[in-house]
Amino acid sequence: MLAGIITLLICQLAGELLARLLNLPIPGPVLGLVILLTILLIRGEVPAGIRTVAETLLRYLALLFVPAGVGLMVYGDLIRADWQIMAIVLVVSTALTMLATALTFRYLLRRAQRNDD
Amino acid sequence: MIDSALDFWLWLQDGPLLGILLTVLAYQLGLWINRCAGGTPVLHPVIIAIALLIGLLLLADIPYRDYFAGAQFIHFLLGPATVALAVPLFDHKEQIRRLALPLLVACTVGVVTAVGSTLLLAWLLGARVETMLSLAPKSVTTPIAIGISEQIGGIPSVAAGMVLIAGAIGCILGPILFRLFKIREHEVQGFTMGLAAHGFGTAQSFGISHQAGAFAGLALGMAGLLTAFLLPLLVRLLGL
Repeated sequence: MLAGIITLLICQLAGELLARLLNLPIPGPVLGLVILLTILLIRGEVPAGIRTVAETLLRYLALLFVPAGVGLMVYGDLIRADWQIMAIVLVVSTALTMLATALTFRYLLRRAQRNDD
Repeated sequence: MIDSALDFWLWLQDGPLLGILLTVLAYQLGLWINRCAGGTPVLHPVIIAIALLIGLLLLADIPYRDYFAGAQFIHFLLGPATVALAVPLFDHKEQIRRLALPLLVACTVGVVTAVGSTLLLAWLLGARVETMLSLAPKSVTTPIAIGISEQIGGIPSVAAGMVLIAGAIGCILGPILFRLFKIREHEVQGFTMGLAAHGFGTAQSFGISHQAGAFAGLALGMAGLLTAFLLPLLVRLLGL
């Protein structure tokens, strides 16, 4: 358990360090994700300690968004000014994204399955 | 008596206890209300919790900064949680290997459509730059979206709000679009929900089948990674 916490924090630290050293515009924790994934792929399995911590964190992931979300209260002016744009963009872009993804993936999946036969 | 109560209140506002307790309480209440409402994604526990807390802070006249002084300890855990996404991605490695090309291409098409259509539409409609940049990572799972918006000059709080609303919208639109376009394969439905509606879509997909849920989780991870690498570059190129 403790080993899992240490691993996650060290991967995050390494990610933050890498992002700054290489001046990459990518969030440090995302690079940390890539580092941990690489370690797991090399080891070929997820050590029990890492799995326990990771699954606990991810089970309560939604709770972790709350503090940032409450910050919306500070941006009332921006939201009042642009809420119609936000609403249109959210609905239209989500629909377009779903259609593009679904149709592309279905086409490629069917082709891959045909090649398998 | 009044004096000591006031002292206690001031002490409470200074420390992290109040912010942490209120956050967890509001989330628990959100879970409970959501369960009473039949688990609909429109009344997601997070959205309820945020609404309750904003209402409470405004009523009690507590500035966000004071609340966040405590809540930041919960907020911090987003970093390790993002790293932890490596575990479910690792669990899907067989599927990734088997379907590497279709997954990669579909993910790229999806992410480019999500980011491209958002920036283009927001620009056409005359949105402010902060609005555009806060909307841009809207399809991506919240911890990654918050990181991205910090990177590209969006407002993390607004980005988090947009992601949560996009997730709820995706859960409503998904089943309608799947029916209209006769998309029946569970892999395709799951992958689409995970890509466009992140954790909300993944939770809903597990309700369709385990296979749909697995592909949704996979899409969530892949799309989050790809967007984190692509979007900052794109924003630099566009000079926003």
